[in-house]
Amino acid sequence: MKQLRKKLLETAAGTGSWHIPSGLSILDVLWVLYDRILDINPKKMKSQEHDHFILSKGHGSLGLYVVLAEKSFIRKADLKNIGKFSSILGGHPDRNKINGVEASTGSLGHGLPMAVGLALAQKISRDPHRVFVLVGDGECNEGTIWESALLAAHRSLNNLCCIIDFNHSTDRALSLGDLAKKFESFGWKVKEINGHDQEQIHSALKEMSDDKPLAIIAKTIKGNGCKMMENNPEWHHKALKLEDLPIILKELN
Amino acid sequence: MRKQFVSTVSDILKSDKKLVLLLGDIGVFGFKEAFAKFPDRVYNIGILEQSTIGLASGLAMKGLIPVVHTIAPFIVERSLEQIKDDFGYQKLGGNFVSLGASYDYTSLGCTHHCPGDVGILKNVPEIEIILPGSAQEFDRLFRQAYNDGHPTYFRLSEKHNSTSQKVIFGQAKVIEKGKSATVIAVGPMLDNVVEAAAGLDITILYYTTLTPFDDKTLFKNFTGDKVIVCEPYYSGALDYDISEAMKSRKISISHIGVPREFLRNYGSTEDQDKFMKLTVNDIRAKLKTLIK
Repeated sequence: MKQLRKKLLETAAGTGSWHIPSGLSILDVLWVLYDRILDINPKKMKSQEHDHFILSKGHGSLGLYVVLAEKSFIRKADLKNIGKFSSILGGHPDRNKINGVEASTGSLGHGLPMAVGLALAQKISRDPHRVFVLVGDGECNEGTIWESALLAAHRSLNNLCCIIDFNHSTDRALSLGDLAKKFESFGWKVKEINGHDQEQIHSALKEMSDDKPLAIIAKTIKGNGCKMMENNPEWHHKALKLEDLPIILKELN
Repeated sequence: MRKQFVSTVSDILKSDKKLVLLLGDIGVFGFKEAFAKFPDRVYNIGILEQSTIGLASGLAMKGLIPVVHTIAPFIVERSLEQIKDDFGYQKLGGNFVSLGASYDYTSLGCTHHCPGDVGILKNVPEIEIILPGSAQEFDRLFRQAYNDGHPTYFRLSEKHNSTSQKVIFGQAKVIEKGKSATVIAVGPMLDNVVEAAAGLDITILYYTTLTPFDDKTLFKNFTGDKVIVCEPYYSGALDYDISEAMKSRKISISHIGVPREFLRNYGSTEDQDKFMKLTVNDIRAKLKTLIK
């Protein structure tokens, strides 16, 4: 993981403003998903017969990009061109440019409704593969999250798993209270885990109810592993200067 | 047109296993047979339009063809970002069939009016916008465009023309050839325009597909130096298309359509037409003035 965090920081350094702490917050979850859970093959993404993943909090894209590069969905060389005019990698992922990205996201509250649609489509097509979606806790301010939560439970979409990156970064604006109870009351099966403990993540992602969608509340630290950035709002969308990279890397856990 | 929508979609559900109908708790009774026959492809999703369009996008990602149906402002105005991001940006195909047109629900107040639909949706690149002028035209146009890989907006209206044209998606039709001006009649405006133009020496072009705009038919058949656009929605939505089509010519563009104001009165659509001066007599008077 330290190598992935290092790669994420190296990718961001000197290339303008990025949501670096958001990427670090979800890195463990993304790694477990792509390394041990998702039934997908980077060479067969055009086939629909595979598990699906949507990064609804698209601003966490740096985390996704380094994992996609590590798992050969994109070239490691692509990371070096991030943010450039003709790059395939922008601030939010684009499904029409990046192998392995199934939904272009950015505006919050879109990924879960799309994932509900994909999960319903899997049921219609009798395809047993699962649909995973990762949303932010701030994103749970959006009404569409709760509209979709109602829908998924009503349609008994037990093939849908929504991971909530619960790093409390937007509590200053609007507290979500007891998120687990909220999802439970909407008819979801809920697991609460440490979002940086890969065994807990793996175990939670393998769970599946007979008739309910699964919500995994992943308690995370925004900027995890990088002391200067951890829970520091100043770094939310800040440029990491190339000359500051060695100092930051020295601080990596 | 509402009955035709039920009939057309119910028929295609039989032959195209990719078609999935999503209702926003509207039209449920009409589709009762389809609900019974195709329980895994006909859904009353509920009153959550933004998520319904997001859900439709997820269906499209899997290769299915969604048809979302509810009242116009709830598709177009409430869910514009979902149409833009979840369909346009993703490059996914889907169909949005609206009810209520500009002011069919006139007595329900401005929340249920949507004369801004065409102008608003013109801002979503690659979307297709279709305003059939009759039930048969809806059937023809829907069958031609529902599975073409684009997001497509179909606008159902209570008002319709007395006869149907053999319309083709993406193509305007020449109804009359004259010399003094060119009138563009959109969808259900055609009957009134033809009646109002009786005896006037003008060209009448009939548009049911507004995007992609058929610039060739306009350029080829344009007469005079005036284009008069008769639109059943907020005037001006086609101005960019017309000026681009005619950029090598000096023209003026005039409008006969819905003014950009809240329609705060109730009554019937005919009452609103009188109020906005969109009756046949009003249109004739305006045409005569404009072509002088």
